[in-house]
Amino acid sequence: MKAFTYERAKTPAEAAAIVARMPGAKFLAGGTNLLDLMKLQIEAPSHLVDVQDLGLDRIEKAPDGGLRIGALVTNTTLAADERVRRDYGVLTRAIVAGASGQLRNKATTAGNLLQRTRCPYFYDTNQACNKRRPGSGCAAIGGYSRQLGVIGVSKSCIATYPGDMAVALRVLDARVETVNAQGATRTIPIAEFHRLWGDTPHIETALAPGELITAVSLPAPIGGRHLYQKVRDRASYAFALVSVAAVIQPDGSGRVAFGGVAPRPWRVEAAEALLPQGARAVVTRAFAGATTSSENAFKVPLAERTLASVIAQAKG
Amino acid sequence: MSEPNDVRDDVIVSRRGILVGGAASAAVSAIPASAGAAAPQPGPATMTVSFSVNGRKQDLVLDTRTTLLDALREHLHLTGTKKGCDHGQCGACTVIVDGKRINSCLSLAVQHQGDAITTIEGLGMPDDLHPMQQAFIRHDGFQCGYCTPGQICSAVAVLDEIKAGVPSHVSENLTGPMRPTNMELRERMSGNICRCGAYSNIAEAMADVAGVDAAGERA
Repeated sequence: MKAFTYERAKTPAEAAAIVARMPGAKFLAGGTNLLDLMKLQIEAPSHLVDVQDLGLDRIEKAPDGGLRIGALVTNTTLAADERVRRDYGVLTRAIVAGASGQLRNKATTAGNLLQRTRCPYFYDTNQACNKRRPGSGCAAIGGYSRQLGVIGVSKSCIATYPGDMAVALRVLDARVETVNAQGATRTIPIAEFHRLWGDTPHIETALAPGELITAVSLPAPIGGRHLYQKVRDRASYAFALVSVAAVIQPDGSGRVAFGGVAPRPWRVEAAEALLPQGARAVVTRAFAGATTSSENAFKVPLAERTLASVIAQAKG
Repeated sequence: MSEPNDVRDDVIVSRRGILVGGAASAAVSAIPASAGAAAPQPGPATMTVSFSVNGRKQDLVLDTRTTLLDALREHLHLTGTKKGCDHGQCGACTVIVDGKRINSCLSLAVQHQGDAITTIEGLGMPDDLHPMQQAFIRHDGFQCGYCTPGQICSAVAVLDEIKAGVPSHVSENLTGPMRPTNMELRERMSGNICRCGAYSNIAEAMADVAGVDAAGERA
């Protein structure tokens, strides 16, 4: 690990100001992903601004009937919150499908959104990777691509956004609240938070340098059956090959997003409108234009079968 | 510029310690390879941190890079907590911080100012074993023993998580009370790897402590 200095910020705006001012500074929340990457020198911040004292660790009822989740609420606390379990079951299901108990106790809501890809070529510092070293190329294209992306990817990078929580947040139309170095706040719809990175895969989110996530808010509950199905190489503690987050209403309409297939949670509203016609119609539309390799072409039919299973569960 | 090992006044300098120090100085002079590392890399920084470990207050001066795991093992000589993968994948380093189990390898010591940390030594010692330690012996819940401290810290915290109503991936009903069924225990322990494969006996030891049979019913 490269050497760094460390401090604890007192307010969100102060934290944002420090990171905006100091080249090489980064926010530190739970640290479960950042420290892992620092040990491999994939991340090498010169200064860490620990945000644990900012009071962003509460889940509050919002005036619109929704919930406002502080950026520092741990994955376990969020998944176990009584209101989330009752009204936003897809979110609890998605969170507990990811990582391990130890990691969920430490990982935070904002940190989970900002976790980096698990593409093996991103992790191997001897390999070309446009995300790790812009302009160096992409060893994943033509390489071992079984885990990698099939839709929304580019000629520069075929990595996926690896998380589960954000896939559920996408079907719940969550909003990401931020503050910047000047203290100005803004709200980013989750649909626009993770970028389709094109030829700049090292820029993964809509956040400006130094912009700090303060909360994730959920609109009022929408009812329906909340389901999250994750297909992976072992039964627990593995990243998704394909996952499906869905909220299905009694009339068969609903919302659906796919994980493990794209640079961001993959939701196509025009495709989910076809839910009453069944999984094939939805997946054919949602994955139109997919660019698969011989190793990951299975993801498209797997997405269809996983969605079919979810639809069957919703009827049961 | 001080070396990380210079602050360890209570440590006998070992060959391994010198090697660790050498690696750290080499790392400092290396050219940053990552795109995110445009800023000049500072030299090693040290900080003071105070937390309690197994009920005893500890004040340490540490290189900021020191993980909680290394602080426990290398600075406080509590070597019950093990280093396996050092990347949060194996669970050998599991400790309990403020009642919650975490991977101590993926946490900086300086993040834990004021925290209460419990390690395997704090759960029980040979003359005064924790019920979970006794159950691991009774059910043969280990073979080589390397993962066992992490398994036991995790197992103790898992039963607390179930009592607190924290759901898991295999919980059928999210809103009901959580039960320590065999499937629940196995799923919740998936962050602790045992290469000897003592998994089934570990789950039996946990069920024993929880006072349930394999179906999670009160025995």
